[in-house]
Amino acid sequence: MAKQRVLIVGGGLAGLAAAMQLAESGTDVDLMSLTPVKRSHSVCAQGGINSVNELTRQQGDNEHLHFDDTVYGGDFLQHQPPVKEMTEWGPKIINLMDRLGVPFNRTPEGFRDQRRFGGTLFKRTAFAGATTGQQLLYALDEQVRRWETAGKVKKYEFWDFLGPMLDENGICRGAVAQDLVTMEIRTFPADAVIVGTGGCGLIFGRSTMSMACTGSAAARCFRVGAKYGNGEFIQVHPTAIPGADKLRLMSESARGEGGRVWVPRTPQDPRDPKSIPEAERYYFLEERYPKYGNLVPRDIATREIFSICTEDGLSVEKDRLCVYLDLTHLPKSAHDKLGGILDIYEKFQGVDPREVPMKIFPAVHYSMGGLWVDYERTPSGGLKPGSPKNQVTNIPGLYAIGECDYQYHGANRLGANSLLSCIFSGLIVAPGVQNWMKAIPGGPAADKPSSFYEAERKKHQAAHDKLLHRTGGGENPYLIHQELGNVMTKAATVVRYNNVLRDAYATVCELQQRAEKCSLSDTGNWTNQNVVFTKALVDMFPLARTILKGALQRDECRGAHFKPEFSPAGIDASASPTDRRRLAEEWCDRFELNTAKWCKSTVATLGADGEPQIAYEDVDTSLITPRPRLYGLVGAEAIEQVWNERQAAKKNGAATNGSAVAATAS
Amino acid sequence: MIQAASHDAPSSHDHAPPPATFTVRVLRQDAPDQPSYWEKHTIVRENDMNVISVLQRMAAQAETADGNPVTPVAWDCNCLEEVCGACTMLINGRTRQACSALVDKLLVDNPEGIELRPMSKFPVLRDLMVSRARLFRALQKAKAWIPVDGYYDLGSGPKQSPADQEVAYPLSECMSCGCCLEACPQYTKIELTKRDGETDAEFKARETSAYDGAFIGAHAISQVMLFNTHPTGKMNAGERLDALTAEGGIQVCGNAQNCVAVCPKHIPLTTSIARAGRATTLHSLKKFFDL
Ligand SMILES: Cc1cc2nc3c(=O)[nH]c(=O)nc-3n(C[C@H](O)[C@H](O)[C@H](O)COP(=O)(O)OP(=O)(O)OC[C@H]3O[C@@H](n4cnc5c(N)ncnc54)[C@H](O)[C@@H]3O)c2cc1C
Ligand code: SF4
Ligand code: SF4
Ligand code: FES
Repeated sequence: MAKQRVLIVGGGLAGLAAAMQLAESGTDVDLMSLTPVKRSHSVCAQGGINSVNELTRQQGDNEHLHFDDTVYGGDFLQHQPPVKEMTEWGPKIINLMDRLGVPFNRTPEGFRDQRRFGGTLFKRTAFAGATTGQQLLYALDEQVRRWETAGKVKKYEFWDFLGPMLDENGICRGAVAQDLVTMEIRTFPADAVIVGTGGCGLIFGRSTMSMACTGSAAARCFRVGAKYGNGEFIQVHPTAIPGADKLRLMSESARGEGGRVWVPRTPQDPRDPKSIPEAERYYFLEERYPKYGNLVPRDIATREIFSICTEDGLSVEKDRLCVYLDLTHLPKSAHDKLGGILDIYEKFQGVDPREVPMKIFPAVHYSMGGLWVDYERTPSGGLKPGSPKNQVTNIPGLYAIGECDYQYHGANRLGANSLLSCIFSGLIVAPGVQNWMKAIPGGPAADKPSSFYEAERKKHQAAHDKLLHRTGGGENPYLIHQELGNVMTKAATVVRYNNVLRDAYATVCELQQRAEKCSLSDTGNWTNQNVVFTKALVDMFPLARTILKGALQRDECRGAHFKPEFSPAGIDASASPTDRRRLAEEWCDRFELNTAKWCKSTVATLGADGEPQIAYEDVDTSLITPRPRLYGLVGAEAIEQVWNERQAAKKNGAATNGSAVAATAS
Repeated sequence: MIQAASHDAPSSHDHAPPPATFTVRVLRQDAPDQPSYWEKHTIVRENDMNVISVLQRMAAQAETADGNPVTPVAWDCNCLEEVCGACTMLINGRTRQACSALVDKLLVDNPEGIELRPMSKFPVLRDLMVSRARLFRALQKAKAWIPVDGYYDLGSGPKQSPADQEVAYPLSECMSCGCCLEACPQYTKIELTKRDGETDAEFKARETSAYDGAFIGAHAISQVMLFNTHPTGKMNAGERLDALTAEGGIQVCGNAQNCVAVCPKHIPLTTSIARAGRATTLHSLKKFFDL
């Protein structure tokens, strides 16, 4: 029998983790990426990576709490067994990365240092300076280079994945790809294909993501029948630096240290911001939320900054939405504390934020949604090790890992959890894939007739040639991309309204038709980035429509998906105790009804007509019962009391039943 | 386009306001075996532009300053945050990243416009895209990794003092951008072409041996020092020093110190080179007496 191979598409943290794990256990790997793998988007992650550790454990932390924080943060929209397993692997993963040489920050005694990050009470986050993602990626890149040198991994860098090849039984037999330098299109027969191609931020035009994050690879799987889950869940970071080419992350610590957010009361006041008198400045967070001021929680800050620009028209600039984040009044000690992030601002904006107010705006940051993947549960609620079902899409033999799967973060991602999910999914996919390869229905890929592969290649070659030589049309792909980004950013980021989403859907469909008429300014067959970009653009539309349609249909608020129309109101604080009780009861009833209706994953399939068909899938919430998020809600205490009583009653009911069963059994 | 707010130009009180448009001269080349040629573009200035956004505007415009339709310039980038190392090119003659090269600053220094050229030490694939395969090959040669027993759970890594971490961390920030190689007088371009009848594998082998015979470069020397000081990596220090004493090793370095001056990550390359020099000398002596 010919030697079996696995094709991994994507060399970010997820793809590299899978490659090294497969290579170590004897499987030959082809590793494909748009960029040299060392330049993958994962290098951008700054904050760190979460796991329970020896220190937090002694402060009362454990894997279950990390699991709980993750599903609570994700508003209970993720299947719980994979998340439980991931949090249990957390400490082992950090240990492994430490052994691989990641220069984690150290305590005076030489242990790994830890800090608190996003949505937890414990210091769970390990970090390496301000470049944790880069350091983790390099450690994996080095291991993969070791296997490459040993001949177990063959890299195909500067290659564009054009799509998986499915046989007559719908099984994935490899992929078709294109060399970005020579433009050669060829097939990669493989016994399994693993896609780890990251997020899809470029659908929103500019985002905090890298240029390779077009979502094109996921879209190409979607086009041939892979399902796409929870597309509408897109995380937006409240403060990013709006550059002409990219939105760069600005840490929230700038607000934490006393930064004040404002806009001129006169729209687009052309004066130097420092010469605008106090009375003519609108410190909208301080005025609207006198209690919290600039320290309002992240989601509120995001929405307010967004709406002051889009609805009140008070953006500092007309063509580029932004507000001032002012640090100029702060003492030198605060500036010194923020040193690193101020330097980033200065490096990319060319002005010193100690002297001139920064301009910031929320930016698309993470895609919780992605390719739908399966898992196999153990009776205790974990993942069955080595199951070929773990991380497999609905197409047998096609696997998805990392940011491009939908599995781990539900409706919202906790800070520093995604580096963990990327490495975890990359490591666990390997044994499952190896087991899949032991018994592929129809035999190994190498036994397929070459005519099968040749037909696939020809199909893609023909599509490429057609695009190159399209005459007429006259549409410019770069301008269509800008328009798509504007529509998506306006309709499907921070605040969502059904009428806006409906209009956006229609506009995106029109743009899609126009994108089919793009004329290329480069029709050559050598390093043609024009055609590669146009293909990626065309493939943004199926996902853009899935995001919009999923958001339109989901009439509720959950995690990053916020629709003011469906935001649950608090209860009347001035009501009498009995009325309050009744209102709280009603509130909890409504919450339970909504959970029954909407605590479901959105699962999209692409119709032949290009229309995403949306279905809903029950979420396995058997380990932790979904509970309301009451933070900042009026009447939260009364609601919480009712809620707790109900949970206690249910528990007692279950316990009584349980002992009854036990009694009969004995 | 809206008018620039007055603070947009750095130190605008010293200089005239930024121009409404500016000129970009690009050295283009259609393919490896083709001649290079200059092309001029006119770009409308916007706030907060860097060289990446200039290249993006050029691609969207698709015409030269004289209005001739042209293909977009090919270039390499990914992160746009100066952490991936992809977008290195020569900007006004200086080797640096396009994403962190700000237009307003470039125009203050050079009001005539901006000049873009591909790196000169690597083979041009097209326009500003070069092949840096040799740079990555050097990391293989240097065995720049920790040879762990395996990926099973074997407990935590070795303890390390904060002081050691502070030495290792900057070295580990090397993003393989190649600036240090572009600036190094000892690092000369190797560009091979496939011979008639040569298979891909044969060509690759010939290329690898040509790379291995030539200077390994400051980045790889520094990586050797990173791994040779790691508590586990140290156990295989000898193998990496062998790579540095082989042909194309550290002895080629003329100590011109250009590398350290251009490294965007401020990696103390000459310190690494000096440490490596001492370590290889000791290593060679030891091997000599062991024989
Ligand atoms: C600014 C920023 C800061 C962040 N900070 C943190 C943090 O502190 N902690 C945290 O946990 N998370 C953080 N995240 C999120 C985290 O960085 C990402 O989710 C994670 O790195 C994704 O890794 P990945 O392996 O899934 O994909 P990526 O690293 O995005 O890699 C994708 C790979 O796929 C390849 N690819 C894509 N399309 C194709 C194609 N068509 N053909 C061939 N190859 C293709 C690419 O070349 C690349 O190799 C941050 C994200 C951003 C944007
Ligand atoms: S010090 Fe050595 S490596 Fe650095 S530029 Fe000079 S010759 Fe090159
Ligand atoms: S040492 Fe510096 S200049 Fe050289 S490749 Fe690394 S980051 Fe670039
Ligand atoms: S694009 Fe990554 S360094 Fe410039």
